[in-house]
Amino acid sequence: MTAEIGHFALILALVTAVVQGVPTLIGAQRRDALWMALAVPAALLQFLLIALAFAALTKAFVTSDFSVMTVAMNSHTAKPMLYKVAGVWGNHEGSMLLWVLVLSLFGAAIALFGRNLRPSLKVRVLAIQGLLGAGFLTFILFTSNPFARLFPVPIDGQDLNPLLQDPGLAFHPPLLYLGYVGLSTTFSFAVAALIEGRVDPAWARWVRPWTLASWAFLTAGIVLGSWWAYYELGWGGWWFWDPVENASFMPWLAATALLHSAIVSEKRDALKSWTVFLAIIAFAFSLLGTFLVRSGVLTSVHAFASDPTRGVFILALLIVTVGGAFAFYAWRGPALKSSGVFHPISREGGLVLNNFLLTAAAAAVLLGTLYPLILDVLNAGKISVGAPYFDSVFIPMMVPLIIAMGVGPMLNWKRGSLKTATYKLKWAALIAVLSGFGVWLAIDRASALAAFGMTLAAWLLLATLYELADRIHLFRSNPSESLRRLRRQPRARWGMTLAHGGLALLIAGMTASSAWKTEKIEAMAAGDTVTLAAYTLTFKGAEQVRGPNYMATRGTFEVQRGSTGTPFILHPEKRVYDVQGQTTEAAIQPTFLGDIYAVVGDTQDGGKTFVTRLYFNPLVPWMWTGALVMVLGGLISLSDRRHRVGAPVARRQPGSATPAPAE
Amino acid sequence: MKRLLFFVPLIVLVVLGVYFAFGLQRDPQVLPSALIDQKVPEFDLAAIEGASQGLSNADLMGQVTLVNIFGSWCVACRIEHPFLMELKANNVIPIYGIDWREPNRQAGPAWLKKFGNPYTRIGDDPRSEGAIAFGVTGAPETFIVDKRGVIRHKFAGPITREIWERQLRPVVQKLRSDS
Amino acid sequence: MIRFSAALILALGLLIPFQGAQAVNPDEVLADPALETRARDISQELRCVVCQNQSIDDSDADLARDLRVLVRARLKAGDSDDEVIAYVVSRYGDFVLLRPPVKGATFILWFGPLLIVIVGAIGLFFYFRRAARDANAQKESR
Repeated sequence: MTAEIGHFALILALVTAVVQGVPTLIGAQRRDALWMALAVPAALLQFLLIALAFAALTKAFVTSDFSVMTVAMNSHTAKPMLYKVAGVWGNHEGSMLLWVLVLSLFGAAIALFGRNLRPSLKVRVLAIQGLLGAGFLTFILFTSNPFARLFPVPIDGQDLNPLLQDPGLAFHPPLLYLGYVGLSTTFSFAVAALIEGRVDPAWARWVRPWTLASWAFLTAGIVLGSWWAYYELGWGGWWFWDPVENASFMPWLAATALLHSAIVSEKRDALKSWTVFLAIIAFAFSLLGTFLVRSGVLTSVHAFASDPTRGVFILALLIVTVGGAFAFYAWRGPALKSSGVFHPISREGGLVLNNFLLTAAAAAVLLGTLYPLILDVLNAGKISVGAPYFDSVFIPMMVPLIIAMGVGPMLNWKRGSLKTATYKLKWAALIAVLSGFGVWLAIDRASALAAFGMTLAAWLLLATLYELADRIHLFRSNPSESLRRLRRQPRARWGMTLAHGGLALLIAGMTASSAWKTEKIEAMAAGDTVTLAAYTLTFKGAEQVRGPNYMATRGTFEVQRGSTGTPFILHPEKRVYDVQGQTTEAAIQPTFLGDIYAVVGDTQDGGKTFVTRLYFNPLVPWMWTGALVMVLGGLISLSDRRHRVGAPVARRQPGSATPAPAE
Repeated sequence: MKRLLFFVPLIVLVVLGVYFAFGLQRDPQVLPSALIDQKVPEFDLAAIEGASQGLSNADLMGQVTLVNIFGSWCVACRIEHPFLMELKANNVIPIYGIDWREPNRQAGPAWLKKFGNPYTRIGDDPRSEGAIAFGVTGAPETFIVDKRGVIRHKFAGPITREIWERQLRPVVQKLRSDS
Repeated sequence: MIRFSAALILALGLLIPFQGAQAVNPDEVLADPALETRARDISQELRCVVCQNQSIDDSDADLARDLRVLVRARLKAGDSDDEVIAYVVSRYGDFVLLRPPVKGATFILWFGPLLIVIVGAIGLFFYFRRAARDANAQKESR
């Protein structure tokens, strides 16, 4: 019965979504207040109905109702409760349901929190959200019904793939979806603005919090996925340039560019058509990712989903929604005239440069991701485009970006002086170069590239900190004055400082862990000792341990730094699941300078020795910390009061001689 | 001119859409062989347990042959097996087998004993030497090798009567009629 | 392995190329560290043909393991790095290279990003030139 309620709720949600999308749009065109008034209640109702459907599916999973096909295929009675709940989105049907749930959540959020929006814009934004929802609900109901029944009812389910039975599953997909489905809001804002033919600083300000929220979630989602792969895969890799990863990275690059271009649109009433383009393309990348992942064009899921309708359906959705938006763009875009003026050497100029580099990088990732498919369709051969390609194309584009990131925030709005900025940053540059050189001398003279990476990280961190110090007049006025200024920094500025500083840590972590990772792959017997970086690891043997739905070989390592450090214990596991499959659970001890990462594998010689893989992954904790700081920056910026006050702030006098106060 | 610029995203999307539509009809896992019209690379495999002769590239000379990669662990090999037996029974073409990655020495021979042995000679390939020589990515895969030991055709997946009649037999016949 | 990763991707549309990778085993490792380093570098450039965009160095697929062993055997036999890679390519084609070779069909792949940057930079130049002109004009008019 629960499943039928869920199914029925989804059908009603589809009807509601159509009501949210069609009459409202017509009403907005005719200025019919009554029809326009449908938008808000429809958006709220659509969310409630999908939430009800989602709750119904969750109940089916929690109670192990194997008469529901999705549950039978992906769950098992012996599975721990956490994974029964997370298992709701651990499969195609359930994760699509999560997709529309998040979509309708954002719709409802705009309905609730968009009080200060211009009414016609708000209605149109909600209408577009409704149409998107209608498209995806149709997709679910016709090709991926999560509530399909199964008869005869199996006694037990086929279980969830054990690699997914991890807390990562509970958090990674929801956060990721909040990020890239969240970008639907910027898309709706862009299309609504194109319909109205009106993009002004107020529009840019309204889009900004939604972009920020999506960006923060997307960043968190990607990093969580990366972290999950890092501890689950058993060798310490964290990014693979896999098409599935690229599918989430391209929207991130576009959203990051949008975050910055919207600043220019808001402040200077410039870059309008470009900002609108980014707002569309960010979500277009999300849809592209959904298509690539779901249709099997890149990842051969044919063998399982022998039903090609899913791929065709999503492709049609992609073409209609993005094509429609781009058609509006081609029609209305040229009329979006910018009124603001700024000199290339200015804060705005820096943001434009940022947009150029981020967009070019996204285009390069897109090219590399789709190229094998395009060649194949042209019958021009089968090729693979992997990490070595992306590294050699992507990284060179990031270098000028990071250098510019240090200088840009030091430039004045409207017209800055490169000379002043570089003069102020001379110490940051000098220390960064010296520290890079020091790294080169001290650690590894072979890898100049890694030393350069560390230089960039140091540069970005120092320049970002200097910019903060400069802004609060540190060392220039008395400390209490600086403290007062520090307290009065707007949260948006804190957001920037944290996001840029976090990126610096991230770069340091990525560089160091790629360049200076050490590994020991051994066959160890109890009592054997291995030295790894500054640590001594003694293998104490392994025992069989029974888990809730698996048997584990649990190794014990005693680890000590040098000969005087406090010893600690690591317990890596290799699990064999009762129903299907096995996993490796690495044991990781983070330290300031890096992770000690231990994995125990198969036994050799009848249980006397075990294959062990021991890694020291330098600065990996910096990477996660940096990413966390970036997300924090996004959230703090989101809480800036500017996003809550309704009226646009009065434009500053053009060309004021004094440097504009920090914002 | 500037107006046209605003059409670029739409055009790019439509072009990509066409590629995707074609891409949807393809299986990204199907891999054409790099060895078509190349001599069979050198390999030399030992005999499986209970047999006296192994398999090397030198054995594939003088007549048109099939080389079939199989394994007792491979489910799809079971599906094509009866058809291979039929080819053998009717003396259609000599089939050479590469017994790929058996879990132990006994598994392959036991499997053949149970279901029958369609192969003229079999090479035991526990370390993928033969499989890599043929650029194999999965089992079963079947190659047609001509009289001079040159690989002429590759088929990935289980051979059925339909596939044999439509895809493989015409190639074999053509190669036989070529001097 | 193919089925495994495909099942996961199908299941989740997951971000992660989950294939339970635990690559190099202790019995594969060469005694000569210089040779082993070369083997690792080569392995990172070769795609595990039965996996999802993973190198043979990162994969625990059986075929990946056999290819790793083969790479080491060729190195020990005295092949240069390029010879080892050419050997594998002769059997599996360009598909096995994670860094596609530069040739006609991959020209756009390799030079496309450069082209994007150049075209973008030209656009940026004109945009900035006009911006500078407008900014200066505005400054003078006041």
